[in-house]
Amino acid sequence: MQARFTSVADHALLVTFADEIGDDAHAAVLSLDCALAEDPPHGMIEMVPALVNILIDFDPLQTDHGKIQAEVKMRLENLTPMPATGATRCVQICYDGPDLDVVAQATGLPPDAVINAHLAGDYQALMYGFAPGYAYLAGVPDAIQVPRKPSAVRDVPAGSVIIAGPQCLVTTLKMPTGWSILGRSPTPILTGDQDRPFLFSVGDRIVFERITPDQCDRAQDGAGHG
Amino acid sequence: MADAVLSVSFAGPLVSIQDGGRTGHMRYGVSASGPMDRLSFDAANAALGNPQGHAGIEVSLGGVILKCESGPVSLAIAGGAFLVDYNGISCGSWTIITLRKGDRLTIRAGASGSWAYIAMSGGLQVDPWLNSKATHTISGFGGGALRAGQKLVLHDAVVREDREGEIAKPNLHATSALSVVMGPQDARFTNAAVRQFTNATFKVTDAYDRMGMRLSGPGLALHSALSIPSEPIVRGSVQVSGDGVPTILLADHQTTGGYPKIATVVSVELDRLVQMRSGEMLRFRSVTAEDAIAQTRQYAAQKSAYLSKVAIPRGTFAQRLMRENLVHGFLPD
Repeated sequence: MQARFTSVADHALLVTFADEIGDDAHAAVLSLDCALAEDPPHGMIEMVPALVNILIDFDPLQTDHGKIQAEVKMRLENLTPMPATGATRCVQICYDGPDLDVVAQATGLPPDAVINAHLAGDYQALMYGFAPGYAYLAGVPDAIQVPRKPSAVRDVPAGSVIIAGPQCLVTTLKMPTGWSILGRSPTPILTGDQDRPFLFSVGDRIVFERITPDQCDRAQDGAGHG
Repeated sequence: MADAVLSVSFAGPLVSIQDGGRTGHMRYGVSASGPMDRLSFDAANAALGNPQGHAGIEVSLGGVILKCESGPVSLAIAGGAFLVDYNGISCGSWTIITLRKGDRLTIRAGASGSWAYIAMSGGLQVDPWLNSKATHTISGFGGGALRAGQKLVLHDAVVREDREGEIAKPNLHATSALSVVMGPQDARFTNAAVRQFTNATFKVTDAYDRMGMRLSGPGLALHSALSIPSEPIVRGSVQVSGDGVPTILLADHQTTGGYPKIATVVSVELDRLVQMRSGEMLRFRSVTAEDAIAQTRQYAAQKSAYLSKVAIPRGTFAQRLMRENLVHGFLPD
């Protein structure tokens, strides 16, 4: 896939594969991300994969935009398209969110059908953003896609499962949001595990597993989550 | 060596624990945090003889009052022109002092500057998050914001008498306008907006915190109100919201976002940018990416020379007295 290179200040290079969101561009982002992780160019600090592009942050005392661009080009020439298979992560969800009925009304479906549609979605972690652990999961089925609310609701608790358009997100902080709240999850996205502090890697598949409010309460008490 | 304890009698908003910051987690939505003004923070640690990145306190315009519950402990204060009071002595920031049991230290906003730093000759006992004690303000993760009543324990606190006194302020070469590299989305803006961005003067507004600094000035018009697919943001990104208002993203920035970015401030310009206050005026100057790197390398060399200089102990009072005597050839009464 054709890549466009943009210098960002003195310390980063943005590699863009498309102007519009699409599977090919995101697959290219993931492949390059993987290639850079396997064989990091000298002076690279970190990569930030996003929807259509990936940012490569580097130490300007050790390298520069031109050198990083040459390193990226070399990897792009030898790139094998990523098989779209990250790990599969399970996220528990209890569907007692305040917006379940609102989404049902907006989509003309009974609440149970909304739940079943949400459970049936094929989710993939596209990128993180906004706040620590906020992973944007693509894959909300067409039938239950709803737009963002006109204004944000305050103090939505951590562990809320929220949707807007084709995307779903499990919140990690108490935050305002304009997305629709379907339910809550006791599954920690910030794992507290030193070796893997965040549940999802970008590219991972996500499966939601339905639990009852009681099970959710017990799990949340046990994990001290939220 | 013993532990020292400082209690927080008062802490203004945005007074927080910071260390060198946590890099490497932007892909998980975590910006590096760390000090807003890295030069002053590094100067405080260097002057106190600490390793770089040693955890200390970032003081906002809101100020802070600390009381020494047990000591002694030496502290270096650097950044801006803040007012420092301790034991009835008043001085400015850029000083090294020693607090003993019962001493009170007050730091408050002075003539200029938005952030001051307290480096400490002891290990601040707070739990790190992702291997860093830096506070990420939106989440509160890391060392955290200081609260009245809180006790700060400093492990293995020592007195650095040979370092007490003034810290030389940095005097690094800088042009008046802030260097930026245009883009990544400058092509989304009208030619007039791009011209205005580098010609006009912008004012710092009071919408300024660790996440970003909103400016006011001429509206920066887009060709159309297009949103871009959410893409990575860095410290220094100048994003423009739908109403044409630019915001410079800072230490606790979001890691991705969908507002177009007209330019990115060169990293070494941020130390002086963040010391500006609401109402102050600033201008931007477009440079090439190559020039930006050259500027950063030059700044790094100057900074390194400066830090080496302030890291040299002045000597104890007795040593200094002796030195003076030898130079001037007379003895005091």
